[in-house]
Amino acid sequence: MDNLNFILPEIFISLSLMFVLMLGVFKKNSTSIVYNLSIISLLIVLFLVMSNPINSNISIFNNSYKIDYLSSLMKMLSVTSAIFIMFISSKFLKKNNIYKDEYPVLILSCILGIMVMISANDLIVFYMGLELQSLALYVLASFNRDNILSSESGVKYFVLSALSSGLLLYGCSIIYGFSGSTNFLIIQENLNSSNYSLTFGIVFILVGLAFKISAVPFHMWAPDVYQGSPTSVTVFFATLPKIAALTVFIRILYVPFFNLIDQWQMIIIFLSIASMVFGAVAAIGQRNLKRLIAYSSISHMGFALAGLSIGTNEGIQSSIIYILIYSVMNLGFFSCIFMIRKNNVYYEKIEDLSGLSKSHPYLSFSLLIILFSLAGIPPLAGFFAKFYIFLAVIEKSMYFLAIIGLLSTVIAAFYYLRIIKIIYFDNEKEKYDIDHHIALKISLGVSVIFLLFYFIYPGIIADFVSGIKIIS
Amino acid sequence: MTNFPILSSLILLPLIGVLFILFTRSNNNKYQSSKYVALFVSFANFIISLYLWYIFDASTYEFQFVEERKWIDGFINYKVGVDGISILFILLTTLITPLCIISVNNSISYKLKDFLVAILVSESLMIGVFCSLDLVIFYLFFEGGLIPMFLIIGIWGGERRIYSAFKFFLYTLLGSVLMLIAIISIYWITGTTDVSKLYELGIDFKYQNILWLAFFSSFAVKTPMWPVHTWLPDAHVEAPTAGSVLLAAILLKMAGYGFLRFSIGLFPSASEYFVPLIYLLSLVAIIYTSLVALMQEDMKKLIAYSSVAHMGFVTLGIFTLTDQGITGAIFQMISHGLVSAALFLCVGVIYERMHSREINRYGGIVSIMPRYSIVLMIFTLGAIGLPGTSGFIGEFLILVGAFKKSFFVATIATLGVILAAAYMLWLYKRVIFGKLKNNDLKSMIDLKNHEIFILWSLGIPVIFFGFYPEPLIATVETSVNNLIEMYNLNLEQNIKNTDG
Repeated sequence: MDNLNFILPEIFISLSLMFVLMLGVFKKNSTSIVYNLSIISLLIVLFLVMSNPINSNISIFNNSYKIDYLSSLMKMLSVTSAIFIMFISSKFLKKNNIYKDEYPVLILSCILGIMVMISANDLIVFYMGLELQSLALYVLASFNRDNILSSESGVKYFVLSALSSGLLLYGCSIIYGFSGSTNFLIIQENLNSSNYSLTFGIVFILVGLAFKISAVPFHMWAPDVYQGSPTSVTVFFATLPKIAALTVFIRILYVPFFNLIDQWQMIIIFLSIASMVFGAVAAIGQRNLKRLIAYSSISHMGFALAGLSIGTNEGIQSSIIYILIYSVMNLGFFSCIFMIRKNNVYYEKIEDLSGLSKSHPYLSFSLLIILFSLAGIPPLAGFFAKFYIFLAVIEKSMYFLAIIGLLSTVIAAFYYLRIIKIIYFDNEKEKYDIDHHIALKISLGVSVIFLLFYFIYPGIIADFVSGIKIIS
Repeated sequence: MTNFPILSSLILLPLIGVLFILFTRSNNNKYQSSKYVALFVSFANFIISLYLWYIFDASTYEFQFVEERKWIDGFINYKVGVDGISILFILLTTLITPLCIISVNNSISYKLKDFLVAILVSESLMIGVFCSLDLVIFYLFFEGGLIPMFLIIGIWGGERRIYSAFKFFLYTLLGSVLMLIAIISIYWITGTTDVSKLYELGIDFKYQNILWLAFFSSFAVKTPMWPVHTWLPDAHVEAPTAGSVLLAAILLKMAGYGFLRFSIGLFPSASEYFVPLIYLLSLVAIIYTSLVALMQEDMKKLIAYSSVAHMGFVTLGIFTLTDQGITGAIFQMISHGLVSAALFLCVGVIYERMHSREINRYGGIVSIMPRYSIVLMIFTLGAIGLPGTSGFIGEFLILVGAFKKSFFVATIATLGVILAAAYMLWLYKRVIFGKLKNNDLKSMIDLKNHEIFILWSLGIPVIFFGFYPEPLIATVETSVNNLIEMYNLNLEQNIKNTDG
């Protein structure tokens, strides 16, 4: 029974998930109650996660579930971003007539899956979490079912994701066949690097995971799904599954397969370089903001993977710093997209931002800060994210990766600058509504202030993640 | 007073001014308050930096007014300080900024508040560049300066402002990312990014060349050296007057300062190794861009190309690696900062009246604007480097340094002086003298009071330092001597190491 204390957050979220589902089914017109209850239960989950001692290092259920610094930190990050997303998207849902009971329920189950993934220390547990998360996301992507793009994106995501899950399972079974266990620790003990067929297993697992974080060349789904899904789901796609998949990357690469680093390092470096360059180049021609952010997130994931490819604790920490700052930037960016609204229609073309600075100075300034930060220009937070990555990369003398990465930031700077140009230099086209939900303003304000003033004490996050030591 | 963080307050004061500006009313007709705030803040900054110069001890090469604070634990410290070289650039920055702010009187009517914010932010970043004593801090200020400048060109610029703003931003960014890699590599090689510690430790001989090239890629774009100078004419032409002034007077000097502080200070043997490259690029810049300047139809473009040529002199002077050459280069940078700023302001004056920068559009305005003609004459002569102006001292010292090293290089560089006289005097002749071709020029009014104030506050130093350069030279002397000594010492050590 002792073990149950440690998974209290997961238990609580499952219970509240069932409760709000029942409430939604049996009580008519209860959407806003369900929605608010879900937010409250997420807040309680956040509190429960934080109440666990952060320095604990506990494995429960036969070592298949791990509560450590990494998992607590990533759970906090994902639950916090989920709360922000729920807050900022309520008005969007109402205006698009998709404010329904099922929405918060699906979000909750997705978060449950993400939490399981983050803590998984066993291939089966990890797969369970992954599938729970993905199933919820399939439905969420096609949640605006009357919209043809949304349905298409749901189906597309489902088909491709199922394929990648299949590959991943296949990889898991190969690993199981060669090591005789699904538990990460036992796999680590039983593996030896002379066994080349193992590499197949690793490759299949990496492909499956690369699909989830949309690394090139497994990125094809991302632009369509990002564009087609309702914006409130797109912001979800852009942050939470990436946090979870990145954690799993860390756990799988650095616990069971760390001795095989020679074999997977090249793969990760390739994924990283391909994502950075492709994401930067392909985004140049985009006209839709959501599609553009899809390519931009591909490129950002490339940077996070660069941190992972190094094989040191500093590298892992830099990746986590990156994903943290990336989540804040994304939340800010999507808060801005939610504000581009007129007469209940949400605009999402880049041209719609034309001359925004004339009538919406604060919104434009926020976008300016967020975009420069995404481009990684100092002294904004996005620069420090990249700085830590390159600090770790150059420590191991991987200059090639560093140079490619930094050159791709120059290419990427071009399309971010293009948006800034449209906002600030072009002529005004539309005036948008200004009666925004207070939560939207708060989340935008918080993220902009964070990005703008991060440089005053950049150690704040670095200190926080320095407790993560996967490699002993 | 010794412990008072005077440099940090120089950096922070403009930002505090920005806060106040944000609270002023942005009403289009009553925007004066924001301008007064900006003017007050930047003028206060000028007074503080004058005081800094006054209490500055020129007899030592050590960094003074050093402040050190923990920033990223055990890794990077926020460290600022000045020596004889950097203090002059800080003075230049704080002198030019208030003049820029006065000059926006009529030319910027759209979003004046935002414009002032951008100028103040870039002032603060530029001061930061000149006094940071840590490579990472330096990089932050150096790169951060791109953001306000991009906006200044893009929002308030001319016809092709978007193209120019993008070109400016991407060129500079591309150069700088390589410098970032070099900075991080230095950290892993030596374990610190603190400049004064790096001076003591020295960087291993085998890494120097590649690191030098990485720094060079950034500074060469910013200087700008041929062949990566093409962003400069575009940026200058399209930027509003105040933006051009900031660009020409201060932004370009960052690279020259960077060469002195980092390229020579940190990588002496690589500097020695690459001297021929710099000579070649500088000579091409001097001759080629002077010839290009002769062909220009647009006044701003002509001055922009002349800036490239002048900066060619600066890089030449720095890499003669002699006392005279480096002192001359610093002098030339300060003088060019004053003269080019004034020339852009002069163009701004007539542009405001006629909305044209075409040289052919003008001619014979001496009879209409006599006061303007006198002022323009002073700065034209300053740009040529006539004895009695500060331009002469700089160019003369650089050429003395160059003759010491190579007769051939110095001879070609001297040709550049003649070419400078040709294009500047021809410009002056075509604009000021001759017949009054266009009758609408008659409606132009002579300099207004605020324009007289701006131009003379640049003109007086140009003439004063032309006759009496001692205050500037005395300030830099010890630091330059130390730089050269250190450089020679390092070279000897390296030769010993490679022999042993």
